[in-house]
Amino acid sequence: MIRMKPVDVVIVGFGWTGAIMGMELTEAGLNVLALERGTYRDTSPDFTYPHNADELAYGIRGDLFQPLAKETITIRHALTETAVPYRQYGSFLLGNNVGGAGIHWNGQHYRPSPEDLVFESHNRQRYGSKFMPDDMQIQDYGVTYDELEPFLDQFEYLCGTSGRAGNLNGEIKEGGNPFEGARKREYPNPPVADNYGAKLFADAARSRGYKPFPQPSSNASRPYTNPHGVRLGPCNLCGYCERFGCFMYSKASPQTTILPVLMRKPNFTLRTQSHVTRINLDNTGKRATGVTYIDAQGQQVEQPADLVIVAAFQMHNVRLMLLSGIGTPYDPNTGKGVIGKNYAYQMMSNVTVFYDKDVAINPFIGAGSGGNQIIDEFNSDHFDHGPHGFIGGGYILGGQTGGRPIQQLLLPPGTPGWGEKWKRAAKDSYLHTTGVQSHGSVMAYRDRYLDLDPTYKDSFGLPLLRLTFDWHDNEYKMTRFLTDRAQEIADAMKPRQTSQTIRKAGDHYDVRQYQTTHTTGGVIQGASPETSALNRFQQSWNVHNVFVTGASAFPQNLGYNPTGLIGGLTYMSTKAIRETYLKNPGPLVQA
Amino acid sequence: MSNKPSSPSRRDFLRQSMVAVPAVSLLGGSALAQSQGSAAPAAGAAYSPKYFNAAEWEFLQAAVDRLIPPNEDGPGAVEAGVPEFIDRQMEDSYGHGGYWYMQGPFVPDAAPTLGYQLRFTPRDLYRTAIAAVDDWCQKQHNKKFAALSAEERDGVLHQLEKGEIKLDQVPANAFFTQLLTNTKEGYFADPMYGGNKHMGAWKMIGFPGARADYADWIVQPGKVYPFGPVSIQGDKT
Repeated sequence: MIRMKPVDVVIVGFGWTGAIMGMELTEAGLNVLALERGTYRDTSPDFTYPHNADELAYGIRGDLFQPLAKETITIRHALTETAVPYRQYGSFLLGNNVGGAGIHWNGQHYRPSPEDLVFESHNRQRYGSKFMPDDMQIQDYGVTYDELEPFLDQFEYLCGTSGRAGNLNGEIKEGGNPFEGARKREYPNPPVADNYGAKLFADAARSRGYKPFPQPSSNASRPYTNPHGVRLGPCNLCGYCERFGCFMYSKASPQTTILPVLMRKPNFTLRTQSHVTRINLDNTGKRATGVTYIDAQGQQVEQPADLVIVAAFQMHNVRLMLLSGIGTPYDPNTGKGVIGKNYAYQMMSNVTVFYDKDVAINPFIGAGSGGNQIIDEFNSDHFDHGPHGFIGGGYILGGQTGGRPIQQLLLPPGTPGWGEKWKRAAKDSYLHTTGVQSHGSVMAYRDRYLDLDPTYKDSFGLPLLRLTFDWHDNEYKMTRFLTDRAQEIADAMKPRQTSQTIRKAGDHYDVRQYQTTHTTGGVIQGASPETSALNRFQQSWNVHNVFVTGASAFPQNLGYNPTGLIGGLTYMSTKAIRETYLKNPGPLVQA
Repeated sequence: MSNKPSSPSRRDFLRQSMVAVPAVSLLGGSALAQSQGSAAPAAGAAYSPKYFNAAEWEFLQAAVDRLIPPNEDGPGAVEAGVPEFIDRQMEDSYGHGGYWYMQGPFVPDAAPTLGYQLRFTPRDLYRTAIAAVDDWCQKQHNKKFAALSAEERDGVLHQLEKGEIKLDQVPANAFFTQLLTNTKEGYFADPMYGGNKHMGAWKMIGFPGARADYADWIVQPGKVYPFGPVSIQGDKT
């Protein structure tokens, strides 16, 4: 075993939250080392035009994703089943290399609704305990919206988010999201212009009495210099966003917002091809001494550190905590234990909208998130759920992110999968098709969780993470309700024809279909060590010098894309570390 | 489905134009007559497969020719170079299963919703399945797949798709899914991978390919986009 020189802080994983932590903790004067299992990459040379415009390499083969050949997870639908490996990409796309999934996201940049952060207490108070099924185990974050607002703002100004405020200091503003929590100031950039599908959607939504608004987007609508002095360029709606890097320096990522400054700091070091396998504890088990990783040559290396930041993707955070023996693993039979608890996902549906040939949708014109329109009437607790028998909800989106033909060619219902009729439909439909999508929350349940697989291993011989997950009734009802609203709007768009993709009661979670990469939970934050792994500052209840960032901290999943909330929670944690923890290392919240 | 008489001539026109046959000679009757006389299309002259053997290559051409047939709407899969695309993919990391988690134990009878669980890499799947389909066709029709008529090939492909044919060692629908997936990939991927020759599939649907710059067009919603596709390597139309 090689033993490295101690550092003040070691960060495990160098994506969004690792970069934020690196920046904030080096600013505090600490000596920070980030360990990234992948390699370095940057806009140039890795995402340059024209090579970036390669649907096969990035959109289909997934060259930016974690290679599943080396490590994947296993999945089963129920406790009684044997899990099998997720052998090919489908349902969700794991990040890889410097920047992580922050490279190939779309830039949807939302804040949570205020009630999302106090979801258990809010719903219990409004609808009563009996409204929710016994096996649903939703919880509060231990943080309120007002406490988090400055940090949500900080992340938006880092990213140069484009949007329009709907609630400015309590005043409802025309053209923004009237349901959002109060924000202290406008978005740093105005919205990206609407694509045509979004425009048709917004007109139809207004005709039905809804209040559509531009999707908040970290695709910069104009040149923007962020508080670190890093400059982003305007998005050109190239149509190669989700699954792709950005050649325009427009999509916010660690590379386009933080790394140009952080990488030059003398008290910061990035060590790539360093795969952390364990957080090491001292003999009390209450304090971490650093981490062990496997270097590029395959050697085991011990890296001592005073502070360990676990900042990998949600699933990897959970696995590392389990492999390190920090916190009690969750037991779905008793509901006790915390690591692996409350895995959640999101539930999507689509209404595809087909027009005649006189309507030029031009689906290839698309930003990842900018240019699309949203209604938020049916998200969070923006409406009375009483008559509907479920909690949660989601937003409804109109528009498109691109028209890449292998993945995004949409054909009318009844079209055969191949042959002359398929070909004719492809020719006739491609330019004239757009979509309406619902993007819904998923609650946490007693029998939905993560643990270590008893059989399958990664390329180092370590057990894979095992996911036990399937849909519950609350979510079938939620998606039916949202999809009915989406269909009404789609019909009001006056199309020739529509088709619907929805997960109906009894449908199992299908890993073959891409749904969303918004996997959450497993190292959740909350008010008590009995029910959560982390306190409100994302600090381990058990080991005070371990902090775990990212969506693994979400107690259940919300209807919004997670990145805005992830950034806000991370900034809140960095402030607590800088201003409180460093002066007197120990628990920031007394259990 | 019928194989339209106009199809072979168009296919051959484009195929042969790739190997620089003077266009005028194609207006004579020989190429057309030759194509109409054979049940399955002739192998592409410009490309020699690196992975597939002669029998597999014949199968592949005869199959993708029905999945995306040639007609007046646009190029068929053969003319678009889909067999070349698939052959080249077999030599890539993808063909070797390099993108997939391929550690056992394998549970091929797991619920379909849990995804692909076979032991086959794409290369192995094609090799095993093509031999099995040809074997089945020989028994049922006394001919290999490539020697069947267009209608008969469509029939076999439908049976594979529905899993109605029991093949030795391979689930028929798993192979069909692989073949159809790779066929559409080759048809629509950038031409540098060997398919989508002359960006014919992009032209057919109206996709501008690697243009990837619509800043001027977002402010003109609903206007017909006037430009043809470009490819990563700079091909234009």
